[in-house]
Formats: sequence, C-alpha cells, structure tokens
Amino acid sequence: MSTQTMEPVTDSGELKRKLRKAESRQRLRAYALILPLFVFTLLTFLVPIGLMLFNSAHDPVVHDALPRTSALLEAVPDGPLIPDELVFEALAADMKQAVEEQSASKVASRLNFEESGLRTLFMKTTRRISQLQEGPWKEAFLKIDPSWGQPKVWSVLRQTRNEYTSDFYLHAIDLTRDEQGAVVRAPADDRLYMDVFARTLWVSLLVTLLALFVGYPLSYWLAHLPAKTSNLMMILVLLPFWTSLLVRTTAWVVLLQKEGVVNSTLMSLGLIQEPLVLIFNRFGVVIAMTHILLPFMILPLYSVMRQIPPSYVRAARSLGAGPVTAFWKVYLPQSMAGVSAGVLLVFILAIGYYITPVLVGGAGDQMMSYFIADHLTRSLNWGLASALGGLLLACVLALYALYERFVGIANVRLG
Amino acid sequence: MKDTISKLNVLAVAMGSLMALGAGAQTITVTSWGGAYAKSQAVAMHEPFAAKTGIKILNEDYNGGLAEISAQVKTNNVKWDVVDVELADALRGCDEGLFEKIDASKLPKGDDGSDAKADFLPGMVNACAIANISYANVFAYDKAKTGANSPTRLEDYFDLKKFPGKRGMKKEPNVNLEWALMADGVAPSDVYKVLSTPAGIDRAFKKLDTIKSQIVWWSAGAQPAQLLASGEVSLTSVYHGRIYDANTKDGKNFAVVWDGQITVPDLFVVVKGSKNVKAAMDFVMFATSTKPLAEQTKFIPYAPARKSSLALVEEKTKAWLPGPAQKGRGFQTDAGWWADHADELNQKFAAWLSK
Repeated sequence: MSTQTMEPVTDSGELKRKLRKAESRQRLRAYALILPLFVFTLLTFLVPIGLMLFNSAHDPVVHDALPRTSALLEAVPDGPLIPDELVFEALAADMKQAVEEQSASKVASRLNFEESGLRTLFMKTTRRISQLQEGPWKEAFLKIDPSWGQPKVWSVLRQTRNEYTSDFYLHAIDLTRDEQGAVVRAPADDRLYMDVFARTLWVSLLVTLLALFVGYPLSYWLAHLPAKTSNLMMILVLLPFWTSLLVRTTAWVVLLQKEGVVNSTLMSLGLIQEPLVLIFNRFGVVIAMTHILLPFMILPLYSVMRQIPPSYVRAARSLGAGPVTAFWKVYLPQSMAGVSAGVLLVFILAIGYYITPVLVGGAGDQMMSYFIADHLTRSLNWGLASALGGLLLACVLALYALYERFVGIANVRLG
Repeated sequence: MKDTISKLNVLAVAMGSLMALGAGAQTITVTSWGGAYAKSQAVAMHEPFAAKTGIKILNEDYNGGLAEISAQVKTNNVKWDVVDVELADALRGCDEGLFEKIDASKLPKGDDGSDAKADFLPGMVNACAIANISYANVFAYDKAKTGANSPTRLEDYFDLKKFPGKRGMKKEPNVNLEWALMADGVAPSDVYKVLSTPAGIDRAFKKLDTIKSQIVWWSAGAQPAQLLASGEVSLTSVYHGRIYDANTKDGKNFAVVWDGQITVPDLFVVVKGSKNVKAAMDFVMFATSTKPLAEQTKFIPYAPARKSSLALVEEKTKAWLPGPAQKGRGFQTDAGWWADHADELNQKFAAWLSK
C-alpha cells in the first residue's frame, strides 16, 4: 500500500474504483493467507469424510467383476427366483473373465458378507467353470453345487449387483433383506449395532454428566482463587492433559485391577474382604474416560468463569437473594456458555472413543469405534465400517442440531 | 542415545547391503512372526541355507494378516520374498493372486527316502504354500495351585463345579465354538458339520453361556501365561508354546491339557512379483526339508510338517509337540470352513459378547 503513489483524485467515480481495487486486493491477500489452512482442512478432514460417506454407499465389486450377469439381472428385476440358462451363461463368461483379472476372490468375499458359505461356493464354481468350454451352463452349475438352485444365492447376487447400495446402512441398523429382497429385521442373534449405538450414547452421556459434575465446582474454585495459586492449580489440571492418553489409561489399570492399589488399600483397611471388580467392566470405562476428558470440561468452564464479574453475585446478595438463588439466577446463567462448550466438547470426543474402552472395558463395553476398527482391519468389510462411521457422524450432527435449537450455538464460548 | 543407535543401525544396514552388492551375493527377505519362533527359523533354516547356497537372508517381523503383502503386490514394490503365514491367509492370498504357485512335485524327498507327498502330514502342502510347523490351541493350569485336583479333559474346562475359578479365553469365535461343541459331546470329526447348522451354532453358544460369567478375555498371545501367573484365572486357553516358554524360561510349573487340542499350521509362501522368485522357491524347498524342520524343534516345540522330521526330534521335546501322539481328542483347524463362516460368526460372537 505504502508504495502506491498518491495521485490527486478528480472525480468520485475514480475514487470508488480505486477503493474497490484496493479492497479486492486486500481480500485476495486474506484468502491467500487462509489458503494453506483451507487446503489442509480439505485434505485431512473434508475429503476423508467425503470418501468415507461415498464408500458407505458405493459397492462396485459385483457390478464391475460380473458385468454381464449384473446387466441381465437388472434387465429383468422381477425374473424368476432361479434364473434361466441365459443368466447362467452370462455368469460363466463373467467367471472366466474374473479368473483372468484375479477379481474372483473379491467377489467371493463380498458375497460372503451377505451369506456364509458363498465364498467357497463362488471360488469353487469359478475354478471349475473356467475349465469348461461349453454349456448347458445351468446344468453345469447345478452339478458343481446344488446351492446354485437356491433362491438365497440369487437374491444375494441381485442385491449386490448395483454399484450403489443401501445395504451397508441396513446392516448398520440391524436390518437385512429376505429372499424376495424386502427389508426385514435381522434375526435376534445377529442384532448387534443398535445395542452398540445405545451403549455408545449412554456411556458418552454418563461421562459428560460426570465430567460436568466434577468439573463445575473445580472450575469455580479455580476461578475464584488468587491468580498466583490458581495458576499453580491449573498446572495440576494441565499436567495430565499433556500426558499420553495410553499412559493415563494404563495407570487406571494399575490402580483398579484385582490386586491393584485401590483394592489392596481397601482390603488392608478392612473395608472389604474380597477384591472388588473395578476394571474390565463399565465402571472402569466410565471412570477412566471421565478422567481423561475432564480437562476438556474444565478449560472452557474456567476461562468463562474467570470473566464473570464477582460484583454481580454480590449485588444479588445485597438485594436480598439467598446464596442458592444468587447462584442459580445470576451466576449459573452467566457460566452457561462455558457449560455448553464443555458439554459439547466432551460428548463429541467421548462418542468416538476407542483406545480407553478397548483397554479398560470388558467384552460388553466396547463402543462403536471398536467395531469400526474391527471391520477395517479384520473382516475387511470397509463398506460396513464406513456406514457405521456415517451413522456416528449423523448422530453427532443431529445432536449438534438439537443443541443449536434449544441452547443456540452462538452461546458456546471457549473463553 | 537412542538416536545415535538408530543412526548406527541405519549405517550398518546400509553398509551391509553395500557389501552384499559388492560381493555380488544375492539377498532374499524372509518375513516371519518374530520372537522365539523367528529365532528358531533363523538358526535351523536361514543359516544352513546361506551356508549351502551363498544366498543371504534378511529377517523381518510382522504381525500376520494380508494387508501389508497386498499393499506390496498392488504397488508393485515387493520387499518380502518369503512370508510365513497362517493357513487361512495362505488360502485367501492364493485366491487373490498375492502368492506364486509352488510346484509341489519339486519338494525334496524325506531323509528316510519317503516321497514328499507321503512325507508331509495332510493339509500341509497347498497350491501356494508349504507348511513348516503346527502349533496347538490347548488349555493350561498352574500345577502349584491345583494340587492333586488337576483337570484332564476338555470337559473340565467347562466344569465350574469341579474346577471353580475364572477361565482365560481368546476373544474370538474360533477354537471356542469348536471346544464348546466337543465338550457338549460332539465327536471331533462332526464338529464343523454341526457348527454349519443354526442349531449347532446355538448349541455351541449355549455351552459357552454356562461359563460366560467366569471368562476373562485375552487377545494377545502373551496374555494367558501372565493371567495364569498372576492368579487372575485358574484355567486358560493358550498357544501351547507359551506354556513351554513360561516353564523353561520363567521357571513356572504350568501344565497343558492336550485333550481338545486344535492345531494350526504356519506356512511359507513366495510373494508374487518378488525379484528373487527362484532363490525364494529354493529357500522354501530347503526350509521345509527333513533336517531343518527337525532342527527347529530344538528351539521351539512346534510340530514339524514332515513325518520324517518327527522321527529325528529329541525325546524330551516330543512330550511338548502337538499332534496325534498326545492324549485325547484333537484336530486341525478347518481354515476353509472358517473362511466361509468367519464373517457370520464374528458378528454372532460380538452380539453374544455384549448380551
């Protein structure tokens, strides 16, 4: 700016033009400054989430590897449950191609997610069919394995032939399809994820409330100490915050295990005879998660409370309000911004928690992220993992919307 | 300090590879499971192979699974020439085209002159993979704590009256479901047939229900021996080698109940796209020949895949080898069956766990 020569300005149109130019240059510079951040957010946040959501509905395996069969099944959506020679012939041609492209195993894995046994059926049939030169194909398939005459096999093929699918989401909310392709509830001993969702939400809620219950009085106390003491105390809050998550989690294992510090102290005091089961259950998960997430509650609460002028409560008291009324009517509303921020932060962090429940939880305490990780690494069912992640994201967004509706996101303040 | 060491390491590796290049010696990378097991292979297989052929062998460790191999093959950047994999992964990787086919007719004869085909135990030679050993899933107890009242049969693992106390169990459906059925009276040869039916699955979970409240779940191989040592559990399922280790190295007095043993083979595969296919194949042929397999048992009590090797095993080790020589029922895991049913049973198992 300073390098610009200041010419005398003659008319106001010229002035406006120059101003606009200067402004737009400034705006461009501002954009350029945030560009790295934008690119970073895009690459590390928006693109992965977008890919995950895409993956949860994109299911190209059967569509790409068995193109002829898919096209035929699509052309006659209401065909007989067991198709005719034409479809078998197409499947045979697809299988031969799949062997060449080595995509048969991928198809077999995909089919097996829907119905046990289809992996072997498909691999075995592919191997034998690729040796055959000519039909009749239906007969050949049925000779290799009579299962090809069962409606279930074909309903799975019909269901997976589309490039885009809602199946992963159906699985993620314990629904399935019957032989006619209609959506029904999964059999009782296959229902899993709705329970896991409920459990995840419940544990997150419990942890949030506990953190608020413990964090609020503590922040109040910290905010009303003289600055020197409160800074020292703040370090005590921050120190665990800077300690590795794994270290803090395993510290709880040491404290709470059967022969751990807590049990041996209680026993030596004669308070209990048998060691209590404190860990590898729900109790351990809630305690450890509350401890680990507590700083996220304390920090916003503290910084909001520090800014509340003490004169307001004093004024209320001097006008005749009792301590409870003064707190309830004057102090609490002013601290709500911090409460909102803390609750939102802790809840959203808790809902995706993985390592702490894995280490201190029992078999029945695993949260959603455990199952997502399991599908990513072990069963390699990335579609289902993405769908579970998508639902978790939807959950958080829904809660956020509810929050906006009732509390207002403008009221959230981190300090 | 640590930094200096790692720098030195890098230097050493760099110099090592330079020297290898300079000498014109071929190098292949053999990846296995680390620990005592990888060490047994290094001494019994790698060293004599290098001495015989002049081909140097680099060791690498991994934790199983096909993810890394698949990444190497797909990016056409194959660093591992030979990998030691579990049976289920061997079959799946072969289907997916991750491994070279192995010509079984080229396997050397047994030292006793027997044909390779007859010498290998059933299931040990596959289209893409040749087994070197089998380990067993068994259950174990601490003799120091049980005294005279020691379990002897698989049924005892499920008997809370006769043998009260917590049970250590691996947090996976395989082995557990097979055990539940066997303890419920299903003949070993019928286990997978029964488990293929919905009623059979129900029956297995019902049997597991009877001890569910007493189960402590483990997931890493080292855990069960620790659980047993700390007294956290009175009986636990375990890989048999871990108990041998605890007894010989940590002076424990643990005992294994062989009844109900489920054995799992570990196999060598040659990764597709390896730049040293010929040397890698030669290594697999050599490593799975009679003598190296027998040598390996001196360092770890896993059952060799060849009958002719078994004959050369020292008497004191034989007591620790899994297989039909041990008392009681037992069989080899059906990896093909599990490949088909793992998706379904993992889900059922997870649902059962959280009930």
